[in-house]
Amino acid sequence: MGKTLLVFRLAGRDVRRHLAQAVLLIVAIAAATATLTMALALNGVTSQPFAATRAATRAPDVVAYMTSAARAKSLIHAAGVAAYDGPFPVASAVIKFDGRGSAVFAEGRDVAPATIDRPALTAGSWVRSGGVVLERTFAEALGVSVGDRVTLNGRSFVVAGIAVTAAQAPYPNLCWMSTNSCPPFFSIDSASFRNVGVIWTTTADAIGLTSKANPLTMWALNLKLTHPADASAWADREFNSFGSGGPRSVSVAPGSGPGAGPAPQYDFSPWEGIAQADALLVQDAQSVLEPGAYLLAVLAIASVAVLVGRRLSEYARRVGLLKAVGGSPRLVMAVFLVENLALALFASLLGLVAGWLIAPILTSPGAALIGSPGAPAISAGTVIRVVGVALVVALAASLVPAIRAARTSTVSALNDVGRRPARRGALIRVSRRLPVPALVAIRLVARRPRRALLSAANVAVTITGIVAVIAFRADADGVFSGPAATGLTGGGLSDPVINRDEQMLAVITVMLITLAVLNAVFTTWATVLDARRSSALMQALGARSGQVISGLVVAQVLSALPGAIVGIPLGLALYKAAVSDGTPPPALWLVATVLVTLAVMAALTVIPAWMGIRRPVAEVLQAETA
Amino acid sequence: MKDNAETSVLRAVGLRKHYGKDESLVRAVDEVDLEIARGEALAVMGPSGCGKSTLLHLLGGLDRPSGGELWLAGRRIDGLGERGLADLRRHEIGFVFQAFHLMDELTARENVELPALLAGRSPRQARQRALELLDQVGLADRGNHLPAALSGGQRQRVAIARALVNEPLILLADEPTGNLDSAATLEVLRLFDRLHTAGLTFVIVTHDQRVAATADRLVSMRDGALVDQMRLTGGTGGNLRDLLAMDRQHG
Repeated sequence: MGKTLLVFRLAGRDVRRHLAQAVLLIVAIAAATATLTMALALNGVTSQPFAATRAATRAPDVVAYMTSAARAKSLIHAAGVAAYDGPFPVASAVIKFDGRGSAVFAEGRDVAPATIDRPALTAGSWVRSGGVVLERTFAEALGVSVGDRVTLNGRSFVVAGIAVTAAQAPYPNLCWMSTNSCPPFFSIDSASFRNVGVIWTTTADAIGLTSKANPLTMWALNLKLTHPADASAWADREFNSFGSGGPRSVSVAPGSGPGAGPAPQYDFSPWEGIAQADALLVQDAQSVLEPGAYLLAVLAIASVAVLVGRRLSEYARRVGLLKAVGGSPRLVMAVFLVENLALALFASLLGLVAGWLIAPILTSPGAALIGSPGAPAISAGTVIRVVGVALVVALAASLVPAIRAARTSTVSALNDVGRRPARRGALIRVSRRLPVPALVAIRLVARRPRRALLSAANVAVTITGIVAVIAFRADADGVFSGPAATGLTGGGLSDPVINRDEQMLAVITVMLITLAVLNAVFTTWATVLDARRSSALMQALGARSGQVISGLVVAQVLSALPGAIVGIPLGLALYKAAVSDGTPPPALWLVATVLVTLAVMAALTVIPAWMGIRRPVAEVLQAETA
Repeated sequence: MKDNAETSVLRAVGLRKHYGKDESLVRAVDEVDLEIARGEALAVMGPSGCGKSTLLHLLGGLDRPSGGELWLAGRRIDGLGERGLADLRRHEIGFVFQAFHLMDELTARENVELPALLAGRSPRQARQRALELLDQVGLADRGNHLPAALSGGQRQRVAIARALVNEPLILLADEPTGNLDSAATLEVLRLFDRLHTAGLTFVIVTHDQRVAATADRLVSMRDGALVDQMRLTGGTGGNLRDLLAMDRQHG
């Protein structure tokens, strides 16, 4: 007990003595853990708003799609059906507004409210002759408001209202997920599957949108079941008995089109699938945040490693004193580890709280649903994962220094004999032929190869993140914002999923860059302090201060360069892993990323380098001797 | 402005270095007038904290004076900028420190050639010059050793070789034997004697009267000011011979 108290007391005093370093360490770990908390807090965030929307819109448990209205008769008497409404004609059309265009699923409805599926109006009024209602996410993407005029297959309509529904998946995922795809008999160009919107018109207007070239091929029947919780199972069962061939999971992924074999006459969309499609927005955000959080954790390891390494060099004399008064190597190691693990634990708790507070800002369920998600759930699993990551970060960065401190001989530690710089004969020989700044730089890199490696890892992780973001941006620009003239493949509409992804990527990018900048400053500062004596000596031997500063800057850039180069394929691989069919960004963007990163590294190094060598040479040399 | 460069290599007139102000004013170097002739060996003695090292740093352009004039080979140098002082240290002044200040990761030869490389000499010339100097200081066979593998006396001889690599006008040594045992002190003193005989001008700051006695002239400092000076009639060679004889007797 006494020893444990002593360990904690010594660790506490050391933290107080190096408060600034402790704060930086906490910031680095808290940034990573806050992001991870946000990612994990997104689990199930849309379930509450979906339930609210379902209740408010009297949503069906299953929507049955069929090739003719007559086919509804056999369904409404099927076992398990409690109530029905419809069938309603669903016409395929192209909507155009202000130079933008998209394919739509135009459902013909009565002017009077339906008994099942009453889309909840968020603006304007319900359908009327010549007046259409747009699903809210689609209306936002198209940029229309109530009162605007749009064209449907060339005919002019006024936007009467905007509404949300729980009977169809929101834009742009209506025809995207294989479990919730557009029925195979819905006549639409397969290239437009990604961007189909939902609109409601009067029944007459919907039928009016069809023609010989664009026949009415689909009807929708809204069903309430006696056991809503079994909607998916019911839908599968009914599909197998009513669908005239093939499994239900008919692939409608872009380019594949309806499956081969006998054409199905029915398709079913249970509420669970729609709930999943609604959650896609948040799931996408999660799929961005979670790998981003792990990238940040890697950066945090680099930050902590540099801080801990620097602290160890200041800690040497303390290690000697502890050992001289009888402290065992185990005690020395325990003090060092407890200190860092306690800081990591504290940082992880901060990260959990910060993530929990920030998550609601990022977890809006989107325009497809009504209601708010409420406070995100922080489960025991989330807490364990977040705290675990923080402890692993701290342990990964401080275990080796702790062992090294424990093994240092008492006399060496008391004399503060720091770690001897490494000798890299080949690099020293090469540097002899170079101008003074390059000579200084190469010798600095050669002195502390592990620090150079950390610096390279820091830049590699940062570039990986940035390249993945750039690849996403390039892909989003190229694929989803196709020429408006086609009106189908992208039509210039904004994409709520991409917008949300971009928000998340912005969060990750800001965090990545912040941590990378912190790391660069830590590394430079550690390098400057470590090179203080040799820099002063170089000056005493005739090197100009400008040459020494340039040397420090070039050393940082040289350390960063391999990381920057490695970061490009890693970033592309990360993006490829997340988006399997993504296209790589232009090479020029990648080269510019590397150059800008290196320039930023150089700029970040100048101030610490300049501050480091401001101290008079004689003073530094005397201090290092004392 | 020109000075009499024929006779004096380095000249200080009213040289001052003050820290703080009012009641906390510290006169580290206070109105020092000093002239060092070409080929002269000057020893500076005084108690700890009297300003000896600060004076040496001012003379060598490692620190800037608060006032006064400083002339090197007829050129006024107290107003030089950072760049000018760096050039001065590179080409005209050699430093030897008590703590040697060798780069731990460089071999003896690489340490010696470093100032030559900084001065823009080709790697081949720098290497050649370093080998010559290591030979002169008796360490021809230690060129590839790291400082950690050398004795204190050997390290200081490497440091002296390094100070000479760019053929400076003057060598400034700050307690060059302060970290050495008697045998190593004699090694270094012998080397200084040879260099002095060859015409090198140097200033040695020391606590050790035996070392001071090897100089041509001794100045004493107290509280930042020069309080006494005497010409040593025996000169470096004579006193060193006495020292060596004493050492043999004790040995």
